[in-house]
Amino acid sequence: MRSMLMRAESPIRRAIRPALWLLVIVPAIVLVAQLLLDQLGAEPIEALEHASGKWTLRFLAGSLAITPLMGLTGWGWLVAQRRFLGLATFFWAIGHLSVYTVLDQFFDWPAIAEDILKRIYITLGMLAFVLMIPLAVTSTKASIRRLGGKRWNQLHRLVYLSAVAGCVHFLWAVKKDLVEPMIYAAVFAILFALRLILRKRGPRTPLGSPRG
Amino acid sequence: MLIRRPDDIQSSDITPETVYQNRRAFIGTAGALALGGLVAPSALEAMRFDRGTAGAYPGLQQDDKLTPEEDATSYNNYYEFGTGKEDPKDQAKDFKPMPWTVNVEGLVKKPRPYSFDELVGKLPVQDRVYRHRCVEAWSMVIPWQGVQLKDVVARCEPLPGAKFVEFTTLYDPRRMPGQARAVLPWPYKEALRLDEANNPLALLATGMYGKALPNQNGAPLKLVVPWKYGFKGIKAIVKIKFTDKMPNTTWNDANPSEYGFYANVNPMVDHPRWSQAKERRIGQFIKIPTLPFNGYAAQVASMYSGMDLRKYY
Repeated sequence: MRSMLMRAESPIRRAIRPALWLLVIVPAIVLVAQLLLDQLGAEPIEALEHASGKWTLRFLAGSLAITPLMGLTGWGWLVAQRRFLGLATFFWAIGHLSVYTVLDQFFDWPAIAEDILKRIYITLGMLAFVLMIPLAVTSTKASIRRLGGKRWNQLHRLVYLSAVAGCVHFLWAVKKDLVEPMIYAAVFAILFALRLILRKRGPRTPLGSPRG
Repeated sequence: MLIRRPDDIQSSDITPETVYQNRRAFIGTAGALALGGLVAPSALEAMRFDRGTAGAYPGLQQDDKLTPEEDATSYNNYYEFGTGKEDPKDQAKDFKPMPWTVNVEGLVKKPRPYSFDELVGKLPVQDRVYRHRCVEAWSMVIPWQGVQLKDVVARCEPLPGAKFVEFTTLYDPRRMPGQARAVLPWPYKEALRLDEANNPLALLATGMYGKALPNQNGAPLKLVVPWKYGFKGIKAIVKIKFTDKMPNTTWNDANPSEYGFYANVNPMVDHPRWSQAKERRIGQFIKIPTLPFNGYAAQVASMYSGMDLRKYY
């Protein structure tokens, strides 16, 4: 087991960044192409809204999977991918919000304000996004140095709140068939549980690969 | 069979096939431009694709255009055939709507099963172009063919005590795969007050776009009540029951705070989770205002005079 891990480490380490870049960019290109080629069905705006929202949650889950994965493999270099996936989440969230603001509401600010204030699922979606802003802003190495590992870790725990808000946002947006949002919520629940289990096993990674 | 090509729809009222085929070009372009933030709403409106006017039918507004047939038959809610809006077209394709029997029950002179032809045959065929407003805030303009519900009600000979009409969808999970999961309490039920059922706008549709009603749209028999949200338009009706008490209805049972018995289209009463003030007309980019009773106030509002429509939503 241990030797298998060691053999796999270096090819994975080399391939992971290009693979992640593809994973971020390809769905965006496909969606734009589908939009331009009229392949998104009768309601293309809704299709884009749903797809961008789900990709946001998928990248968020991916970024939250890195810490448990580091714990299991001991691959400290994975921490850089965590930041990459976190930023990917943020950019997909911006895409999701843009589809809503531009294509769905077409800059109808009173309607948008009313949505945010009155519709809890949109309030939660907006909260999930706002919570990501400080995390994206402090994603640089300089920020980690400036804040210090401990405070940076504390700040970046906001990602848990953002994830919960994002999951409830999805659950609440659905009319009746809750299966799909429940699957997403279950994935996040598993990722949270893994963290708790691994944390109990004791401290692991040194500074620069902060736990959290 | 009752379906025939309507001969009183002007050919100019119907969008040519070639126009359908290009119909979403504008959406792609408009979407791409709007993404870049380059265009004003008026410019987008100008790019709106002309797909022919729907003609002068009651309740239609000046700029109502027929929804492309492909959109109306590939994007709808019909949980008996899956909860995704593109599921019904796929999952209903092997459904055999004929032969079909409708049980007429309850407060009628002679409760009995009616064959499809006995129930709707020989009644005057109606061509109606109606606005269709989904409770989810999207809308279409659909040309239906069918019979007036009031003619069917008369044929059933309700007793004087009858005050409501309840409709039930087929329950047969082998033919309707979506019923294998209890997403909703099956079978789907809907109901109208008897005066609503007797309103001349209420239609039992047997066709759309001049063709037999497609499976995914509720073949062979679907209720169309254009002043109400789409979920009132129960599909694949196998039972019509006359009662003296307000019947339970499926969405109202599933979530009473979100879906009422009346479900009249009302821009003033929001769904708890979204606004009903505007709607997206399928195929158009900018949302349009929703009208009280979906634009049919002149024909139906008097049935609700004195009622608090916030309470009886």
